[in-house]
Amino acid sequence: MIFALDLLEPYGFQFFRNGLAVSTIAGALCGLLGVFVILRGMSYIGHGLSHAVFGGAAASAVIKVNYFLGAGVWGVVSGLLIARVARRRVIGADAAIGVVTTASFALGLALMNRYGQASKSIEAVLFGSVLGVKVVDIYAVALVALLGLAVVVLGYRKLLFSTFDRDVAQVSNVRVSLVEAVLLAMISLTILVTMRVIGTLLISALLVIPAASARMTTNSFSRLLWISPIIGAITCFVGMNLSYHLDTSASATIILLDALVFVVVYAIAGTRNRVKMASLGHL
Amino acid sequence: MLHDVYLKIDRREFVGIVGPSGSGKTTLLKAIIGSQPVAHGSITIQPQLTIGYVPQVETVDWYFPVTVEEVIVMTRAKTKWWPRITTVERTAVREVLEKLGIADVAHRHIRELSGGQQQRVFLARAMFCQPDILVLDEPTSGVDVRTRHEILHLLADLHEDGLTILLTTHDLNGLAAHLPRLVCFNKTVLADGNPRDVLTSKVLEATYGAPMEVLEHGGMPLVIDHGRVAMRGEGK
Repeated sequence: MIFALDLLEPYGFQFFRNGLAVSTIAGALCGLLGVFVILRGMSYIGHGLSHAVFGGAAASAVIKVNYFLGAGVWGVVSGLLIARVARRRVIGADAAIGVVTTASFALGLALMNRYGQASKSIEAVLFGSVLGVKVVDIYAVALVALLGLAVVVLGYRKLLFSTFDRDVAQVSNVRVSLVEAVLLAMISLTILVTMRVIGTLLISALLVIPAASARMTTNSFSRLLWISPIIGAITCFVGMNLSYHLDTSASATIILLDALVFVVVYAIAGTRNRVKMASLGHL
Repeated sequence: MLHDVYLKIDRREFVGIVGPSGSGKTTLLKAIIGSQPVAHGSITIQPQLTIGYVPQVETVDWYFPVTVEEVIVMTRAKTKWWPRITTVERTAVREVLEKLGIADVAHRHIRELSGGQQQRVFLARAMFCQPDILVLDEPTSGVDVRTRHEILHLLADLHEDGLTILLTTHDLNGLAAHLPRLVCFNKTVLADGNPRDVLTSKVLEATYGAPMEVLEHGGMPLVIDHGRVAMRGEGK
């Protein structure tokens, strides 16, 4: 009974409830978009784009523009720039991300050095802060999650086609560039609304690990779109609670939990495949 | 970079393009289907005609989590948005798979297919929207002799049914020699016509940059690759 009360203890705090809501929705959202990130081989994008958004956050802190507006416009522009540069096939998406986002991050850092007084909020952007979560953050992340869900449901076939087979999708009159731009803009928006809670440096993990774990459990694209957000949401929910009791960083705890899920699924999936292969050996 | 390409393909033709690796066959096909921009000149396809494209199997991501059914239905992405495959679509998929003789693979993951089945699944996808023109990139690469025969017969039947077919191939004797029209290609068109006229040692040498001998076997040209003969000779 005392144990149960202990578990409920953090729920007495408004900041914890807010942080829990934001991170759980963020986990589901990142899990959903992460499916496309891993299947397109763009795992680096979460890492890169979060750095790009950092540049926007620093810039808006310096010129005293609203964070969501400044970093948001910056993030979307970075996303579109990446899509544009990546279309040059000699460069490729990974290098395009490297160019655009590191430049953006460097600009943010230079601004921070030059006009240092804004450093406090910049630190929160880099490492995340559960304490700083406001109700507006919950609304923002919930809105982006609904938008992400709408994009994935309404654009399901186009997203699947252009992810699987870009050339033929284009020939079949799917506007592949538009699909890619929308996807990148969604990822930018996601980073924008979640980075104050889990931090830009660790958000890339949420865009990759739940989807990668889910991929090992199924060969079906549609099921992947269910399993990955569920893993993301559960690990964020449990991770937040654990971080309170263990007195560890919320973002670090969530990522470690995701990594643990990955290792467990990896081990189980490996064993299952070996059994499958062994049974095929008899044929 | 391709140059001086002039090709006119009429409706209901069956045309093969041959040439060495790196000669730009795939680029030419991509330019024709419209996924590769053309720097100079133009490619005109009668606007009412639709194209079905079958990519080279080597370029497909076989680990991608999709079933055969999902792959085939993809081509409707432009007109249908509902995520779930409808009963009507399921029936249509079944029909096209039955036509290609692989009705039982609809629910399999694409990695669980044999080489011949892989080719046919992507042929089925191209066929799904009932195109007028079928464009295939190396439809017989990586398949065994029997499958190659089956695919060739399948394509001949589709041609019979009124489809215009354009394909590229490496396979001079097994596939190219059987087609009604052949284009020898290496950055540009080097010869264009009936295989009997096109498959000569002179044209092939210009295309492949290596000496090749052409014999006649059962009324058909048979290409002997000197490189291969020489290697076998050394082996002895």
